[in-house]
Amino acid sequence: MNGVSEHKGVWVFSEAYDLTLEMLGKGRELANTLHTELSTVLLGNNVQEKAGELIRYGADKVYVVDNPALGHFQAEPYLSVLHDLTERYRPEILLVGSTRNGKPLAARLAERLNTGCVPDCIRLSVDEGGRLIGERITYGGNAVAKIASKSKPQIATVPSRAFEKPSPKERTGQTVKLDVKIEPPKVEIVERKPLETSSVRVEEAEVIVSCGRGLEKKDDIALLEGLAEVLGGQVGCSRPLVEDRKWFSEWIGLSGHKVKPKLYIASGVSGVIQHVAGIRDSKVIVAINKDPEAPIFEIADYGVVGNLYEVLPALKEALKKLLQ
Amino acid sequence: MKRIIVCLKQAVDVSQLKVDPATRQLITAGAPRKISDFDKNALEEAVKIKEKLGGIEIFTLTVSTEDAKAVLREALAMGADKAYLVNDHALQGVDTSGTAYILAQAVKKIGEFDLILGGEASLDGFSGLVGSRLSELLLLPQITSVRKLSVEGEAVIAERALEDASETVKTKMPALVTVTREINQPRIPSLMMIMKASKKEIVTWTLADLNVQKEKITPKIEVIEALAPKMERKKIIIKGETVQEIAEKLARALIQEGIVGR
Repeated sequence: MNGVSEHKGVWVFSEAYDLTLEMLGKGRELANTLHTELSTVLLGNNVQEKAGELIRYGADKVYVVDNPALGHFQAEPYLSVLHDLTERYRPEILLVGSTRNGKPLAARLAERLNTGCVPDCIRLSVDEGGRLIGERITYGGNAVAKIASKSKPQIATVPSRAFEKPSPKERTGQTVKLDVKIEPPKVEIVERKPLETSSVRVEEAEVIVSCGRGLEKKDDIALLEGLAEVLGGQVGCSRPLVEDRKWFSEWIGLSGHKVKPKLYIASGVSGVIQHVAGIRDSKVIVAINKDPEAPIFEIADYGVVGNLYEVLPALKEALKKLLQ
Repeated sequence: MKRIIVCLKQAVDVSQLKVDPATRQLITAGAPRKISDFDKNALEEAVKIKEKLGGIEIFTLTVSTEDAKAVLREALAMGADKAYLVNDHALQGVDTSGTAYILAQAVKKIGEFDLILGGEASLDGFSGLVGSRLSELLLLPQITSVRKLSVEGEAVIAERALEDASETVKTKMPALVTVTREINQPRIPSLMMIMKASKKEIVTWTLADLNVQKEKITPKIEVIEALAPKMERKKIIIKGETVQEIAEKLARALIQEGIVGR
């Protein structure tokens, strides 16, 4: 590599379309600060018609590789295409969606490009020297680290819902169709079962009523559901209810779903730091706990010291009455 | 199948970390350390494969300080046959890219293997980069986010948990697999196993032993700061004579916040 000056432009990529749109919002901001172009990479089979929408969401340039081999995500095909394009066009910043597939993709790309990677950035900015600064939660939620890359491209990964999806606008941009040599996959997908999506993903919920060890029986989840229904929200839980009791399949917390609803009601949740790290960006946090010393009260806007079995039904009734 | 290498990190026990309230700096010096949880799951999975198939050696591999030998004894008690520790004063400040490079060199020196197992991410740093970087350096097929694993002949079959799907995948060994915590419940070694472990070997290597040049492990990132986050919350405790009164006050507060109702 011949120095860093020749790297130019901000790029975003995710195999998850919505996350791409969210990153285009942040990417636009970074590109404006750096007075440079924002580009995105569109990979897939018969995906070209989406390019126009990506431009409306903020891209100046859309690199399209349309190929049956890219029909669904597979590590080596996607990695080889991104590697080829980033070597060819040399962006200074590359944001990659931090999904279960995207995160290893970014890490492997960083290794191939002999550069750094800052994973799971919840905030991104550019400093006076033009360096990308990523902020991420670390040490189990005990700290937020500010990290810069020392080489280019500066790669960062971005979790879903970290940034707002921008509003689309009528604007012009360029679509660049490319043919690229695609590496065959090393891992074969034998079966793919979509998860049942009867409910919305918890990240999308505006209100979350969650429970922790304070909930005594599995049937009592109905109490939370009752309140969630009045609030138009969803039910969630902390990790012990998944790991120890197996009442839920997914939890909210640093190692699970990180959420930022308008309202988070934590009932019978003690507030260990790993859980708090997953709810930190909620607008309003309500804590209901029998133990007045529970750490959850330290991070709550409103606290009720009391039995969740009494407070949740009473809150539901009060809201029903007031919201009529 | 003959050999599994499990990569372990000696991580800061984040549940026991203290923060200096004045500076918001973490007090990591002297903080208790342990085998990173996810890596323990990886080791447990290796031991389960060994119990099922027999005739397999499990080596653990760690890049850490001298005091990691204590946690490596625990790994040996859980069922590993031999532990490798890469320890060198030049390791200070090494990032995930350097760690992956050192691990790759160590794996090459160990020689033959069928499977490399590790945790999805470490308990403290939680970057989840090392496994991916290592798979690139060793040109191995990689399977991440694994919550179920089996070995069938030359192939490894894994169930992956994705955001919107669960995927069953297959690849030919040698391969690199990183696991999530749902995959198993790591065993607690018995006294007998602990005693047996004291006779097992811990091999220590320096960077020179692995032919690692300093410029190969120059950090690619710079941590500018790592501070305890500020939490600015109202911390209003709602009180009242009856639970109904409390509930009504809370409901009114939430409506006033403009977050419920229209």
